[in-house]
Amino acid sequence: MASHLLYNIEETVAMILFGIGFTMLLLHRNLIRKIMGMNIMDTAVYLFLAAKGYIKGRMVPIVTDGILDASAYMNPVPSGLVLTGIVVSVSTTALMLALTIRLYERYHSLDLDQILIQVKKEEGS
Amino acid sequence: MSRRKDNYETSRWRQFMQWLAGEIDPLTAAKVGMIQEKAETLPDEKMERGKVSTLQATPGNESDEREAHSAAAQAEKAAGQAKSAMAAEPWLNQPSGESRGLRLYRRFYQVMSILLCMGIISVLLWTIAYLPIFGNAGNPDNNEVSARYIEKGLDETGAVNMVTGMILDYRAFDTFGESCVLFIASCCVLVLLRIDNDGGSESWKKRQTEANDRIFEPKNDIILQKCACVLVPVILVFGIYIILNGHLSPGGGFSGGAVLGSGLILYLNAFGFQKAERIFNGKIYQRITVSALTFYCLAKSYSFFTGANHLNSGIPLGTPGNILSSGLILPLNICVGLVVACTMYAFYTLFRKGGM
Repeated sequence: MASHLLYNIEETVAMILFGIGFTMLLLHRNLIRKIMGMNIMDTAVYLFLAAKGYIKGRMVPIVTDGILDASAYMNPVPSGLVLTGIVVSVSTTALMLALTIRLYERYHSLDLDQILIQVKKEEGS
Repeated sequence: MSRRKDNYETSRWRQFMQWLAGEIDPLTAAKVGMIQEKAETLPDEKMERGKVSTLQATPGNESDEREAHSAAAQAEKAAGQAKSAMAAEPWLNQPSGESRGLRLYRRFYQVMSILLCMGIISVLLWTIAYLPIFGNAGNPDNNEVSARYIEKGLDETGAVNMVTGMILDYRAFDTFGESCVLFIASCCVLVLLRIDNDGGSESWKKRQTEANDRIFEPKNDIILQKCACVLVPVILVFGIYIILNGHLSPGGGFSGGAVLGSGLILYLNAFGFQKAERIFNGKIYQRITVSALTFYCLAKSYSFFTGANHLNSGIPLGTPGNILSSGLILPLNICVGLVVACTMYAFYTLFRKGGM
């Protein structure tokens, strides 16, 4: 059981990174740090997927010397999934940063609590 | 949380160590620390000092009166600052019972969130402990799907790079969706950050001055310009190389497009917006992105007419290993690369000056 954690050290590190990113999302009140936490979570998922695609002692999935044997290459599917993930993460990060800029222009604060207090005040008045 | 504290005596770590040693009760200590903090932020002291100075200055001649005025103004300023400080931390204004509840809630929230994250990490690690060993060829994710992609990929798609063959031929609609995600994200950022010229209202003028400040930020820096003269062509040629060799070597539309976009951003940083807009502006961005996405959509829509099987394009696959081979993969790579490069550049210009 516990030795599996050592054999799967890449996956273990990915899960710990995921937890760190989630903790940042919960604990920090600054919106930029929340976005950083999201990005750390993204990175953990890429690490996990890339680790799942790796096979020891095999080549990257690019045909060399005309070898067309499935036992000579690594798994190409997780690489494509990581590509998709990176693109989506870039898009969501840009969108979140743009929303943060608009929030800062409106409320002059990056602190989520301050923003919520101001929103409550405006609703009350 | 991120506030820096120079004094160790009142720090939380010190309180924690004292609590561990059994010297203090954390709740009362928190209350005492809070009251001290409150006393520090109160404006009374500064106000009184200002009043005293005004009192001293009043029985005098004109210059003393002027001093008194300035002292009173200072006192008011100090009071205003203190008020703004109070406004910044509104729980300080509330009665102590309520603020203590808020503090307790905060600490409770932090402890609970840390416990929740620890729980999530432990559950995930527990799952990891049952996963098959890393890098083993017999793992269940290395199934017949990847074997099929590897064994038949070269014959069916003509791409030497199997990942490119997979994402741009077998799963081309997936990649089309990704390009659309990028395009939609840049559209949303444009909607959010665009500075509209709505007849010179107050907010527009303010944002325009801020944007101007950002536009002219880098003055003509000679070192940056000379370096950019050398680097930008190399970066652009390398990006084009990565895009064109996407089906032969590691790379492809996404990575090559990112390299192209970064080269354009470097050019913009070195030479400013006026020169960069001669070669790339909003109209060109729209035309390139929309035409690339339309071509991609049309080139892959034929599969609806051929029984939803992407593989019969009618274009000869050519010799594997040549640049002009593997059918539609090369044009699709170019489309994706153009979309990604335009989107990267658009993100940068939108975040910097709020327009293309």
